[in-house]
Amino acid sequence: MSFQQKIALAVLAVIAAAALGAGWITPHSYAEQSREFISAPPSKDFWLGTDDLGRDRLARLLYGTRVSLLLAPAAALLSTVIAALIGGAAGYLGGRAERMVTTGIDLFLSLPWLFLLLAVRALLPLNTSPVMSVTITFLLLGCLGWAAPARIIRAGTMTLVNSDFLVQARAGGVSRGRLFWRHLLPNLRPIFLAQFWISIPLFILSEANLGLLGLGVSEPLPSWGALLRDLENYSAVLQNPWMLAPAVLLVAVVGCVQLLLGTEQSAGDRAVC
Amino acid sequence: MLMRWMAVLALCGAAAGWASELRFCLRTDPKTFQPLLVEDESAEAVRYLTGGVLIRLNRYTQELEGDLATHWKVSENGRRIDFALRKGVRFSDGTPFTCQDVVYTMHQLMDPALHSPVGDAFRSGPGATEAKCEGDSSVMVRFPAPVAALAAQFDEVAILSAQSKGKDSVVLGPFEVGEYKPGEYVLLRRNPNYWKHDGNGRALPYLDSIRLEIQQNRELELLRFRRGELDIVNKLDPEMYDRLSAEMPHAVVDAGPSLDWEAVFFNQVANAPLPEYKRRWFRNDEFRRAISEGIRRDDIVRIVYRGHAHAAAGPVSVANRFWLNSALKPPSGSQAAAMALFERAGFHRSGNSLYDREGHKVEFSMITNTGNQLHERMLALIQQDLARFGIQLNVVALDFPSLVERISRTFNYEAVLMAFTGPDLDPSGQMNIWLSSAANHQWNPNEKTPATPWEAEIDKLMMAQERSQDRAKRKADFDRVQQIVADKAPIIFLVNPNALAAVSPSVKNVTPAALSPQIYWNADRLQVGGNLVSRR
Repeated sequence: MSFQQKIALAVLAVIAAAALGAGWITPHSYAEQSREFISAPPSKDFWLGTDDLGRDRLARLLYGTRVSLLLAPAAALLSTVIAALIGGAAGYLGGRAERMVTTGIDLFLSLPWLFLLLAVRALLPLNTSPVMSVTITFLLLGCLGWAAPARIIRAGTMTLVNSDFLVQARAGGVSRGRLFWRHLLPNLRPIFLAQFWISIPLFILSEANLGLLGLGVSEPLPSWGALLRDLENYSAVLQNPWMLAPAVLLVAVVGCVQLLLGTEQSAGDRAVC
Repeated sequence: MLMRWMAVLALCGAAAGWASELRFCLRTDPKTFQPLLVEDESAEAVRYLTGGVLIRLNRYTQELEGDLATHWKVSENGRRIDFALRKGVRFSDGTPFTCQDVVYTMHQLMDPALHSPVGDAFRSGPGATEAKCEGDSSVMVRFPAPVAALAAQFDEVAILSAQSKGKDSVVLGPFEVGEYKPGEYVLLRRNPNYWKHDGNGRALPYLDSIRLEIQQNRELELLRFRRGELDIVNKLDPEMYDRLSAEMPHAVVDAGPSLDWEAVFFNQVANAPLPEYKRRWFRNDEFRRAISEGIRRDDIVRIVYRGHAHAAAGPVSVANRFWLNSALKPPSGSQAAAMALFERAGFHRSGNSLYDREGHKVEFSMITNTGNQLHERMLALIQQDLARFGIQLNVVALDFPSLVERISRTFNYEAVLMAFTGPDLDPSGQMNIWLSSAANHQWNPNEKTPATPWEAEIDKLMMAQERSQDRAKRKADFDRVQQIVADKAPIIFLVNPNALAAVSPSVKNVTPAALSPQIYWNADRLQVGGNLVSRR
C-alpha cells in the first residue's frame, strides 16, 4: 500500500468515525430547529452554520454521512451482484444466451424507470417512516442500477473467455467449474470492484434527484443527496462557502475510494499474471 | 462630444422602436386565442391584453369601472343587466363596435355547443339567456336565474366582432395578436383603433408591442431579466425575490399579500380508507383547532417566506379589502392554548407522545406536491411545531397527479398541504368550496346532505349571499361563514403569500396590485424607456 493510499484509508476512517460519533461531536440533533438562527454562519455553537430552517449543518452532515455511507454502498453491492450474475453469465455462455441478455439489457436501459419510481412512491403506505423510505429508495436504486454495469461485465467476460490463457487452459483439459472459479472470476474482480465503487457516488446523486420526486429521504432525516440539493442556490453558496461541505466530503470519499481502488486493481493485475 | 453621441444613439434607439416593446414571459403556450374558451394562465394573459370588456375590475382600487359600457344597471334581483355602450369605438380591423357585437358575444358565451368556461359563471339555472339591442347603444341581457356578482363577471367577457365572426385577431383591447411562434413567443402589436386616450389626449396604449416569450424555466427567466432581455417577471418566489433584491434593489416589487392561500386540511370523507380512530380525530372540531393553534404561522412567514407573506386567519386575504372579516385574527401558535384544546378533545400526553382516549398514539401523514421547496420547508416547520405536543407527523411529497388522485378520487390520505391560487374577490367564486354538495368541498366532497350542523349553516349562508343583491347583507352572511370556518377549522389557513415581481426601472407607470395580473394590469399606460411618441 502506497503512502497516498494509507492517507486515503486514514481519511475514510476519520469520516466513518465522525459519522458514527456524531452525537459526541455536536450537541445538536439533525432535526432540531433553532429558529432564531436561520442561515447563520459558522460559530462556536454551530461549527458549519445553520441551514434555512435553523438546523445545525454539521449535525445534518454527520448523520447524513451515516445514511449515505451505509445505504449507497449497500445499493452498489446489490446492483454489482446482479450485474455480475447477468453480465458474467452472458459473457461466459456466449452465443444465443449472450444475444438474449444483451437485448434484455438494452431494453431495460431504454425503459422510463422514472414512471416506475413514481408509481412505487404512490403505492407506498403514507405513514412510512423516513428510515424505511430511504431504505426502499436505495433498494430500488440497487435493483434498477444493474444494467449499465452488466454490459461492461459482459464485455469484460467475453474478452477473458477468448483470451489466450483461458483457451490454453481449456485445451489443457481444465474443467468448466475450475475454469470459472480459478481463472475467470479472479480476473473479473477488478471490473466488479470498479463498478461497485463507481456506483456509490452515482447512487448518492440519484437519491438527491429522486428527492425531487418525493422518493428520496423524507424530512427530517438528512442524507448527502438531500444536503447537496442546497447547492442549487448558487448565489447562497457563493456567500456561504461552508455550504459546500457535503460536496467536499463526497469528493473526498470518492477520491479516497479511487486511490484504494488502485490497490485492488493492482492486486487484480497481479492475479492475471 | 460624448454627450452628442449619446443623444444620437438615444434618438436612433427611439426611431428603431427599441424602447417601445415590453417583454415578459409566459410559462406555457396559450392553449387558445378564442377569448371565450380561455382556461389557462397564458391564454388569460393574452385575453387580458387584447380583449375589450364592458366592465373592468380595477386591480388597484378593486372597484368596477366602465370600459366599453359607460353605465350599467343590474335589476330583477340579479337576472338582468342593462348596458349603455360607449360610442365611436372601433375594432382593431376598423369596423365599428355596436350593440350587435354584445348580443353576438352573449349568444356565443351561452352557446352549449361552445362549452365556454367563461360562460360557466353565468349559467345560473335552466333556460335560455336573452340578449337584445335596445336602441343603437344600449343592450339588455336577461339570465334565466339570478347570477351572483353579475356585473363583476363581465370583467372576463371579451367582446367579439359580429361582423368578423370567428376571427380571434379582431379585438377591442389595447393590443392585437401580431405573430405567434409556438414554443417561442407571442407578439402583441398595438391596436391602432383602441378607443382610450390619456389625460393629455394621447392615444393609448403607449407601447408599440408586447413580446410574450414562452419560458417555463424560472431560473432562466430570472437570468434573462438580469441581463436586460426581459422587462417584467410577473411572479417571483421569495428566495428569487431576495436574491434579485440584493443585486437590483430598484427592480423588485412586493405588492403586499395576494389573494392566494397556503392551507392544510384533514380527510373527513365518510368512506375513506382510514382507521376508524383516525377518522374520529379528523372529524373532531377541537382536534383540528388544536392543530391550527399549534402551528406557528409567524415562523412560516419569517423563515419560509422571508417576510413576504401574511399569517392567514381565514379564507379571505387581507388583500380583499371589502370581503375580509376583520374581526378574525390568525391563531397565535401558543403551545398552552393548543394543548388545552387537545385535552378538551380527549387527548393526553404521556412521555414524548400524544395519545387519544383509547390509547392510540397520534401519528399521521401530511402529503404535498413534490418539487415545491416552499411546501417542503413549511412541512418541516409544521412537523416540529406538532412534535412539541408529541405528535409524529410523517411528511410525504407526491407528484401532483398522484396527489390529486388521492384527494379527489381514492381519498387515501390523512392530511394535505396545498396552495389555493387565484380565488375570486367575490364570495360567489368560493361557492364550489364551501357548499357541502360541491366537488371542491375538499375535506368531504359531494356530500348528499350536510354532514354537520355547521356545514348546513354555511350552505344556507352561501346560498343566501348568492341570491342577494344587497352588498351589505351579503357581506354579513359571508362574515359569518368566515367565522364558522375559523371556529371549526375544516381548512386550516396558514399564510397569504405576497405578490412579488420584478420590473425593470425602464418600465414607467407601473402601479403594482395584489390582484392578477399584478404588474401589467394597466398595460395600456405602461411605457418602456420613456421615449413617448405623440399620437392623437
